[in-house]
Amino acid sequence: MSENNFAYEVDVTVTVNGERVSRRVDARRHLVDFLRLDVGLTGTHTGCEHGVCGACTVQVNGDVVRGCLMLAAQADGAEIWTIEGLSDNGSLGALQKAFVERNALQCGFCTPGMLITAADLLARENQPSREEIREHISGNYCRCTGYEAIVDAVEMAAGTRSGASQAGGDSE
Amino acid sequence: MTIDLNQVDRPNSYIGKTVPRPNARKLVEGRGQYVDDVHLPRTVHVAYLRSPYAHARIKGINTDAAMAIPGVLRVFTGHDLKEVCTPWVATLDHLKGMKSAPQHALAVERAMWVGEPVAAVVAESRAVAEDGAAVLEVDFEPLPVVADMETALDPDTPVLHEELGDNLTFTRTHEAGDVADAFASAAHVVEETFHTGRHTGVCLEPRSILADYNRSENQLTVYSATQAPHMIQSSFAKHLDLPEGKVRVICGDVGGSYGIKVHIYPDEMATAAISRIMGRPVKFIADRLESFTSDIHARDHRVTARMAVDSNGKITALEIDDLTGIGPYSVYPRTSAVEGNQVVNLCGGPYDLANYKATTKVVMQNKAPMCQYRAVGHPIACAVTEGMVDLAAEALDLDPVELRRRNLVPDDAYPYTAASGMKFEGLSHHASLDKLLETMGYDELRREQGDLRGKGVYRGIGIASFIELTNPSPFMYGIGGARISAQDGATVRMDPDGSLVVLSGVTEQGQGTEGMLAQVVAESVGVRIDTVKVITGDTQTTPYGGGTWASRGAGIGGAAAFRAGRALRDNILQVAAAMLQSTPDELDIIDGAVKDRTTGEERMPLAELGRIVYFRGDTLPKDLDREMVATRHYITSDYPFAFTNGIQASLVEVDVETGFVKLLKHWCVEDCGRVINPQLVDEQIRGGIVQGLGGALFEECVYSEEGQLENANMADYLVPMASEMPDMVIGHVETPTQESELGAKGAGEAGTAGAPGAVMNAINDAIRPFGGRVTRMPFTPERILAALGKVPDPDSR
Ligand code: FES
Ligand code: FES
Repeated sequence: MSENNFAYEVDVTVTVNGERVSRRVDARRHLVDFLRLDVGLTGTHTGCEHGVCGACTVQVNGDVVRGCLMLAAQADGAEIWTIEGLSDNGSLGALQKAFVERNALQCGFCTPGMLITAADLLARENQPSREEIREHISGNYCRCTGYEAIVDAVEMAAGTRSGASQAGGDSE
Repeated sequence: MTIDLNQVDRPNSYIGKTVPRPNARKLVEGRGQYVDDVHLPRTVHVAYLRSPYAHARIKGINTDAAMAIPGVLRVFTGHDLKEVCTPWVATLDHLKGMKSAPQHALAVERAMWVGEPVAAVVAESRAVAEDGAAVLEVDFEPLPVVADMETALDPDTPVLHEELGDNLTFTRTHEAGDVADAFASAAHVVEETFHTGRHTGVCLEPRSILADYNRSENQLTVYSATQAPHMIQSSFAKHLDLPEGKVRVICGDVGGSYGIKVHIYPDEMATAAISRIMGRPVKFIADRLESFTSDIHARDHRVTARMAVDSNGKITALEIDDLTGIGPYSVYPRTSAVEGNQVVNLCGGPYDLANYKATTKVVMQNKAPMCQYRAVGHPIACAVTEGMVDLAAEALDLDPVELRRRNLVPDDAYPYTAASGMKFEGLSHHASLDKLLETMGYDELRREQGDLRGKGVYRGIGIASFIELTNPSPFMYGIGGARISAQDGATVRMDPDGSLVVLSGVTEQGQGTEGMLAQVVAESVGVRIDTVKVITGDTQTTPYGGGTWASRGAGIGGAAAFRAGRALRDNILQVAAAMLQSTPDELDIIDGAVKDRTTGEERMPLAELGRIVYFRGDTLPKDLDREMVATRHYITSDYPFAFTNGIQASLVEVDVETGFVKLLKHWCVEDCGRVINPQLVDEQIRGGIVQGLGGALFEECVYSEEGQLENANMADYLVPMASEMPDMVIGHVETPTQESELGAKGAGEAGTAGAPGAVMNAINDAIRPFGGRVTRMPFTPERILAALGKVPDPDSR
């Protein structure tokens, strides 16, 4: 509730995409709203705000985190990377290229979260099987693609998918 | 001059090729701009209080506590908004006898479903607006609830809208041939009842709108996540008493739509009405919980079917009795009678059938409104028809493929008019079936199935043929009086540097519409695709059109763009001929340069032509037309709809101890006419299949008898996730429509149309040794175990 505002506001200082950001925010503000509304980074999306869909996925201190399940206040002092920063520094480059080539996105709403989740898998497992990929991204909802193109694209980025079938998927 | 699109080695060819979408890069970098990403100065945010009752009288609303919260600016009730926003009644004249009741932006006297918006709180932020909504005191008097569609027409069931006389919105019976006689003389008659569960679209981006009414210009600008900007423009203008020309709808990136975002929603209309009152931008972004209760639902049907076959395995008659409950109001402006009507139009569609009778009854009830969702009516008609075909095969002891072979409309029978009255220009059921069987290795899979059964592993193979209605003409909505354009237009412009700008009335929600348009225009003019910029989704700048729905983007929007591109090309060649002392016939445009048609020698880059036209027009003959812009429109006219066809197969394994279904693989061969971009088409099919699988296996809006939606969140309403979905093999047969030079029909809904029927048949094939059968979607483990006789039937409790 907003009466007695002072008691419900907190100072937050974080590093976002390598830049230091300090803001005074509502104590109840979750990390995605903080990033979108206070920092202006709209590449992180919300699809459910209760931790189910994965659209809000960001990196916090190197871990993949659902931004809707974390308060901005809890992130005080943390190092945060969003799709914008990870695009600028090139760390998602191979995955992004594969997603575009394989059309592993349609509306693109799930895509930032999907890419960050997939990058997390490739960081620890450089030759994942299709099953491992499916398992790893199974907390990220995509209504458009049916997932197969995403699995293909992650395989392409990992270099485990053959060139011949890359563009079209398993098609006649 | 025309392009022969059947010729493979065309210069400068993009049509028929996999080309990456030009707008994909920004989306993978998080640089899309969805409605919630748009920030305007002075924006306020609105949250809606929604009815917690399925049916209740609104006796009073006390706003004091809400208004006392710092940051809350205004509270609006139904009575307030009624002053600036007229109610709507969603009927279509050509759906004879259809009726519905006036619906307001906010409920005025009564709330009619759980989730109906009742009051609006406007505040400095969404969070504070929600705080305000939480303390609004609404005095509801609960009224009797009509939940069950089966009893909605019973004499002792309350009538929801007294003035309508009963709860029947629409009914239609279609009969062709002599059905009674065919059943009387049949060798076998099979009968079954099917239920398709009520489910919804669950777009990852919830419905979103930012309405900005500027009093000084009497202009309403609406940023809307929609599939049909011009329809929104027209509807908002009409009900907010503005000239259409004073309403501009801008549609940027849209986070999924699938038919969910093609309707007029009361909360969105209310948002625009509030902006009209407050004279400043008002933003409404639905949250996930309210999406479940306020997005349209679909597919809640009970269908009883009978099929007659003769001793040769020829289907002689089909009889369909469909019942559907659509909530308390028909949805504006497309109406909620269309899905039931489609069931009547589409059942039996792939088969050569002389005797057909179908009835739909569309009734009202106190649940969320139902309306058109991806593949409208198709998944129902297909599952029912294909379920019946499998039953008939079983009765005749024939392989299900063999029965289909004997009954699918022959590939040389076109043009063909079905017993339903639907007209087919050219379909390829048999070629598609052959290709499917070969691709999947049908015989081998059957052998493997038999071997595994001996080892206690129960696999099933399900086949489903289907037809899909695409490229609708005005026969869909326009003739019924709805201001929904069946025509679409494109403007193609060449700028001084030789680059092209395309403005199109069809929209992009991820299908690849803009990529498709870029391909079509690049080839039809003769330039490199990276010099084409596509603009969609702005009623003020694009040609008037219908938008993207009913799989019309490529077939109609693409056809218009093709024509516009050819017209611009003619204009350019006219100018080039004057400059080069040649004739248009001797010249060609390839890769962005004017070339000699016979030698291929480059005569002039388009950038040079552009420089002269735009900056040195003085050097051209005075009377030379130098229009570097062309606009063309396209509408279908020979056929009311361009039907496509296809066939799907599902391979599943059923764990007969737990009832769990494992989707092992899925195949689809479909014929959408000319394929403009194979990759985009395949991905439309794949995404569509998975949506169909969701409805078949997981998704259901579960209502209590009191009309409460019991699983309105993403944890309880199950959607398909990556780990449980199969890989899908997609193939094509191409029968281009002769109606357009492009020859493209739609592909967006084929996957969803056929998948539920295929998976149902596969499950029933797997459990056939046990004698049970499932026909009620979603096919949950509990329902499968009940079919196996292992647990009590959850639906007869
Ligand atoms: S928005 Fe965070 S998981 Fe859905
Ligand atoms: S691309 Fe639309 S939700 Fe994944």
